[in-house]
Formats: sequence, structure tokens, C-alpha cells
Amino acid sequence: MDSIVSAASVIAAAIAVGFAGIGPGIGQGNAAGQAVEGIARQPEAEGKIRGTLLLSLAFMESLTIYGLVVALSLLFANPFAG
Amino acid sequence: MFTFLLSNIEVGSHLYINFGENLHLHAETLIISTLVIFLISVLLIVGASNLNKKPNSLQNFLEVIYDLVKSVAITQMGPSYYSQFLPFIATLFLFILGANWAGALVPWKIIEIPEGEFAAPTNDINTTACLAILTSITYFGAGFKIKGIGYFARYIKPTPLLLPINIIEDFTKPLSLNFRLFGNIVADELTVTVICSVVPLFIPVPIMILGLFASTIQALIFATLASAYIGEVIE
Repeated sequence: MDSIVSAASVIAAAIAVGFAGIGPGIGQGNAAGQAVEGIARQPEAEGKIRGTLLLSLAFMESLTIYGLVVALSLLFANPFAG
Repeated sequence: MFTFLLSNIEVGSHLYINFGENLHLHAETLIISTLVIFLISVLLIVGASNLNKKPNSLQNFLEVIYDLVKSVAITQMGPSYYSQFLPFIATLFLFILGANWAGALVPWKIIEIPEGEFAAPTNDINTTACLAILTSITYFGAGFKIKGIGYFARYIKPTPLLLPINIIEDFTKPLSLNFRLFGNIVADELTVTVICSVVPLFIPVPIMILGLFASTIQALIFATLASAYIGEVIE
């Protein structure tokens, strides 16, 4: 592989995962905080809140995963390696 | 070196079975997924063959799974339509759960094969793509079956301006299903690999347990999303 292509790919992979982590991190923090507030206010709804929280956390997690998929394809299956 | 061998990961290399010029099969994915299907079928047949009013432990376990999948289907599709699609949703859920756990629980890395490695079948993007496309076909079929030709009215709702976005959505739905499952499973395996190569003992165990948990959640999410897409079409 061309050295400049590999260097650019590694940097791009790092940036992809790094920036993809920011938004979902903030979102997951918000969601978890709200869920804790909800449980504190209404402790008997804990089971339902936990289920919904886990499901929505996994949805947010998948946004980071998209960045990870891009990074992985840059590292292991680079289309520009030629 | 042995621990590193146990946790080694190979992305994108497969043991190929070649049929002619253009047809290649990934042997390791095929073998593990056949095994998973076989095990699930045996579990279900044995568990459901002798049903009693007073359930034994296996029947109890299966009833818990049935209730879980049924509640997912009912909340997304409504009580009048869910029963037609329950088998599909349950199959998706059980296969993905079994496939993820087969990769996470069994130390396949001990068995060496010439190229590639044994891992979860969902570690291969072709498996998840297949599942996502199946979901797509199912919701198209569901729309046609229940709404007839009026199904296409969905594309110009709420205004005809949204037609391109509605069409694009048909492609992004399976794409995101595909990448979500694939990425989560590969991310788990990569994390365990990286941590194993730094500290091979004890430290990776919580990460592995987290991976097991995440695999379960992913199976549930795939089933939930599939039923949500079907429910969106038929409502």
C-alpha cells in the first residue's frame, strides 16, 4: 500500500471513531440522567423505565457503531489500497 | 503466545469453498450457523414435543422466550396482525441470539483452520445483510398482502414532496439494520482482542460478560426493529 494512503486511512479511521463517539455520548448521558430522574420520582415504574432505557441506549450506541464500521473498512478492507 | 492465539481476530479473511467461477461460500460462517440452527431446532423440538399443563423447566424456559417475543410483536404490530408475523420475528430473535452467543461463549479459536477463523456467524457481514434483506422482503410482502396495491400510497404520505425520502428510506432501513448488528458484534470481539493482547488474564472477563449482554440486547433490537418496520407498513 502507498504510504501516504495508509497514513491517511489510519488518521481517517481514528477521526471517524472519535467524532462518532461524541454525539451518542452526550445523548446517552441525557437519556440515563432522565431515566434516573424518572425512577426517583416514580420508583414503581423502574422495570419499564429500565427496559426502555436499555433499548434506546442500544439505538444510540449504533450511531457510534456506524463510525466504527467506517473505521474498520478503512483499516481492513481499504478500497483505496489498490 | 497461546493467549494471543486464543483472542486473535481476523477481519475479512475467510475459508472459501469455491463453486465455479463466481460462487464462493464462507465455510466457517456456514458451519457455525448450521450448528446454531441445529442446536436451536433440537432445543425447540425437545422442549415443545411434550407439553404439559404443569410445565417442566425446559418448557418454562421456552414459555419465557415466547412471552418475550410475543410482547415485542404485540407492542409494535398491534393485537390483530401480530400472529401472522410472530414466527418470523421469533426466528430472527432466536437465530441472532444463538449466533451471537455461539461466538461469545465457545472458545472456537482453539480449532485452527487454514484461513479465517471460527467466530460468531453474525461476525460476517453477509449473514447480517441476509437477515436485513429478509426483513425488507417481509415488510414489502406484508404491505402487499394486507393493503394490496394501496400500499404505494404510503410513499406520498404526508405530502408527495417526501417521495424521494420515502424511497431512500427503503434502502437505509436494511442498511442500518445490517451495520448495527455487524458492527456491534465485531466491536465486541475487537475490544476483547485488544484487551487480551494487553492484559491476557482476568481483566477481559467483565468485557466478555458485557459483550454477552450486548449480544442479547442486539438480538432483541433486531427483532424489535423488524416488527416495527412491519407494523409501520400495515398500520
